[in-house]
Amino acid sequence: MNDTAETRSIAEANAIVAGAAQYLTFTLGAEEYAVDILKVQEIRGYDAVTAIANAPEFIKGVINLRGVIVPIVDMRIKFSVGQASYDQFTVVIILNVLGRVVGIVVDGVSDVIALPPEQIRDAPEFGAALDTRYIIGLGTVDQRMIILMDIEKLISSRDMELMEETTA
Amino acid sequence: MKDIDLSQFHQAFFDETQEHLEEMEHILLSADLTAPSSDDLNAIFRAAHSIKGGAGTFGFSDMADLTHVLESLLDQVRNHEIALNNEIVEACLHAGDVIGKQLQGHRDGVEVPTEDAQAIKLTLSALLQSRGTFSVEPNPVPDDACIQADGTRSWLLRCDFKGLSTEVQEALRSELEYLGSIKDLEPAGDAPATEHCFELHGHATRQEIEGIFAFIMQPERYDIRAIQPSAEQSLSPAPAISSLQTASAPEDEGFGFFTDPAPPAPNSSGDEQGYGFFTSPTAHTPTGLGTDPAPSPATLTPAAKEPPTRRTADKDNESSIRVNIEKVDQLINLVGELVITQAMLAQTVSELDPVQNEKLFNGMVQLERDSRNLQEAVMSIRMLPISFVFSRFPRMVRDLANKFGKQVELRLVGEHTELDKGVIEKLADPLTHLVRNSLDHGIETPEVRTAAGKNAKGTLTLEASQQGGNIIVEVIDDGAGLDRARIIAKARERGIAIADDAADHDVWQLIFAPGFSTAAIVTDISGRGVGMDVVKRNIESMGGRVELNSAPGFGTRITIRLPLTLAILDGMYIGVGTQVFILPLNLIVESLQPQASEISTISGKGRVIHVRGEYLPLLALYEIFKIQPQTTDPTQGIVIILELEDGRAALFVDQLLGQHQVVIKSLETNYRKVPGASGATIMGDGRVAFILDIPSLIQLGRR
Repeated sequence: MNDTAETRSIAEANAIVAGAAQYLTFTLGAEEYAVDILKVQEIRGYDAVTAIANAPEFIKGVINLRGVIVPIVDMRIKFSVGQASYDQFTVVIILNVLGRVVGIVVDGVSDVIALPPEQIRDAPEFGAALDTRYIIGLGTVDQRMIILMDIEKLISSRDMELMEETTA
Repeated sequence: MKDIDLSQFHQAFFDETQEHLEEMEHILLSADLTAPSSDDLNAIFRAAHSIKGGAGTFGFSDMADLTHVLESLLDQVRNHEIALNNEIVEACLHAGDVIGKQLQGHRDGVEVPTEDAQAIKLTLSALLQSRGTFSVEPNPVPDDACIQADGTRSWLLRCDFKGLSTEVQEALRSELEYLGSIKDLEPAGDAPATEHCFELHGHATRQEIEGIFAFIMQPERYDIRAIQPSAEQSLSPAPAISSLQTASAPEDEGFGFFTDPAPPAPNSSGDEQGYGFFTSPTAHTPTGLGTDPAPSPATLTPAAKEPPTRRTADKDNESSIRVNIEKVDQLINLVGELVITQAMLAQTVSELDPVQNEKLFNGMVQLERDSRNLQEAVMSIRMLPISFVFSRFPRMVRDLANKFGKQVELRLVGEHTELDKGVIEKLADPLTHLVRNSLDHGIETPEVRTAAGKNAKGTLTLEASQQGGNIIVEVIDDGAGLDRARIIAKARERGIAIADDAADHDVWQLIFAPGFSTAAIVTDISGRGVGMDVVKRNIESMGGRVELNSAPGFGTRITIRLPLTLAILDGMYIGVGTQVFILPLNLIVESLQPQASEISTISGKGRVIHVRGEYLPLLALYEIFKIQPQTTDPTQGIVIILELEDGRAALFVDQLLGQHQVVIKSLETNYRKVPGASGATIMGDGRVAFILDIPSLIQLGRR
C-alpha cells in the first residue's frame, strides 16, 4: 500500500509539473475505466430508482437528487460487463455533463489519479467493451491499464438514448 | 450625479414607460368623447408627461421630442382648449404606438426609423396649431433667464401643508435653508390656512428645490416659480413659469397669483368636484397652481407613483416591487422542496408512537399547515390578473372594426381573474387569434346585422372566471355563427368522413383539424378555422382544452379551459404493481370496480367496458407500461373513467392511493420526454413518480 501511495504522490507531483488532468477511476467487471474528475458531481449509493416504462434496459430509471430528477444508466448492462446486481455496495457516479446531470452505475469506484498527457496512449481499435469512439486513450498506473472515457461524447451519443433525437 | 451610470435604471424606465403607454391607451380607448372626465384627461397627460421626463433624463431625445408634442396637445385637451375628438384620440393612439416602437428600439439597442415619428409629430402639431394657442417650445422663458448677475436666483415657493406634521414642516424648511435664504411671505388672501409661501434666494436650481418637495408632497400641492430680478421686490408673477402654465396663458392673461389674489371663485367654477383647492387638480383651477406637475424629471417619481385614473381604486392601497421572475421561480422551487421534505418527515413521524411523541406530532401538524400556506403564498406571486392579456384587445378590436367597417362593442368580464404568469403569456396568442376570427368572420357588417334584425353594433365578449382548479376564458360573439353545412361539405372535400346528422359538437371539432384552416376553404362567411389547429395546440400544450359552441344567426362561443398554474397539479396517486403514478385530477370523472358482465372483449383481444350506456376501450396501465400488476382482472382492480377532449376513456389500475397536490418537475432537464408521461414529481417518500399523459398513453396503447 505504501508503494501505491508513494507512486501516486510521485504521479501527482508529475501531474502538477506537466499540468495533467485528474481522473476518477472505476471498475466495470474486470476492466478499469476513468473519467475526468471535473465532470463528476458526486458519488452515491443506488437507491429509490423509479423505473421508466418502455425505456431501454440499461436505463434503470430516475432518482430524486435533492429535487432534481436525474436519470440513472447502468454501464454494466450497457457494455455487457460485470454482474448487474443492486445492493448497498452498488455505486452511482453522478456526472455533470453538457449542462445535464446523469448518474451511471458502476461496479466500484477505486481512485483518483493524475495522468499527464504523455502517459496517455491512443486506444487500439478493439479490446474494450466500449466503442473506441468514446475512448480518449489508455493510461497506465501501477502496471494497470486504465481506459479513459470520453464521457461527454458517450452521454450525448445516440446509443445512450438520454437525450431527445433532435439534440443528440 | 454625473458619475452615476444611468444605464442601470434603463430597465426600470422601459418598464415604467411601457406601463404609461398602456395606461394612456387604455384611457384613450375608454374615454367618452362627448364628456371626458377630467380625471382621465389628467391621467393621460401625466402619463405622457412622465414618459417625456424619463426619456429626457435618460437622453432618449427622439422619445422626449415626440412626447413633448403629444404632451402639449394633451395639455390643451385637458385644459378644455381643444375638445377631445376622434381625430385627437386616433392621433394620440398612433403617437403611443410610435413611442412604443422607439422604446422597443432603445431597449434592443436598434436604430428606429424617424419617418414615423416625424409624421406623427406633424399630425399632432397640426392639431395643436389649428388652435394656434401654443408654442411648441418647451420653456419659452427658461428658468435661467432669472439668474442674477451674481449667479443667484430667487424662487417663489408655494405649498400646502395640509396634513403634514409640524416636524415635517420644520424639516422641509431646514432642507430649503440649505439651498439659500428663506423668507416667509403672506399667502394669498383666498388661500387655505394651510398654505405657505416662501421666497428662496440662492444658487438653487428648480430640480434641487423640486427634489426636496417631491419627498414630502404630491406635485400638485406645491408650486415653484422663478422670479425675475426686477420683479423681485414687487412680487409680481414671474413670466418664467413652466411651459404648462404658459400654455394656458391666453385665458390667464394678466392674471397674477399675488397681484390678483381673488380670481373668480376657484372651486365653484364649473368643476363638478369641488374637493378643495389642492386636492382637486382639475384643469380649470384658475390660479394655475396645482394643475400641473412641473415639467421636470425630478417630479417624475411622485407623478408616476400616483396612477390618477379609475384604476386608482385598485391600486390605492397597493405598492409593488419589481422582481426578476427567475427569483420567484427559485423561490417556488425551494418551497416545493420544503413541502416534499415536510411530507417525508410526516411519513417517518407517522411510524412513531403518537402518545410518546405528542409534541413532535403537534409540531408536524403545524409544519404541514405552515408549509402549505407558504406554498400557496409563493405560488400567488406568479399569479397575474388576466387583464394583462385582455388589456390589448380594446385597441385591437377598435382597429380591426374600423378596418372591416364593422361596429363592435367589446365587453370584458372578469378581468381580475388571476392566472399563472406562464399561462398568461401563452394565452395571448391564441386569444388574439380567436378575437381576430370573431371580428373578421363572426360579426357581420352593420347592414347585414340590421337586415337580420339585430343591433347594428355587434358585441364581442371576453370573459374569464375560475371554476375550481380551472380558469375558463370565453370568447363570445353575437355574429353569424358557424355554417354547419359548409363545414361538412368542406370536410368531405378533404376526405374526412362525416355523417350529415353528426352531432354539432363533432362538426365543430372539424375546424380544429390542421389544414382546415384558410378562409378559402370555408368561405368568408364561416371562414373560421384560420389556424384554429394552432390555437388548439397552444392551449393543449398548457394542459388546457378548447370547446366551441355555435348557433347560426346567434353567434359563437369558444371556451378555453386552463389549469390555474403550470407548476402545481392536483393529482390522484394510483398504484400499479409496486409503482405509483399520478393522474391529473381534473381528468377523472369517476372510478369504479366493474362487474364481470360489464367487461367484454373484441376479437378476443381488446377489452371494452360498458359504463352508463357507453362502451369505452379499457386501457390497462400494466400492459402499456409492462409492469407486473397485482391483478389483471378489472373486477379486482379499479377502473377510472377519464374525460378527454375527444371523448371518454377507461384506465384500469390496481388501486387508488390518494389525492395530493404535486409539484410538476420536468423530465427533460436531464433526460428526455417519456412516452405516456407529461412530467414527474417527487413523492412524500422522496421517490420520483411519473405524471400520466393520457392522450400519449392512448397512443402507446394502440401500438
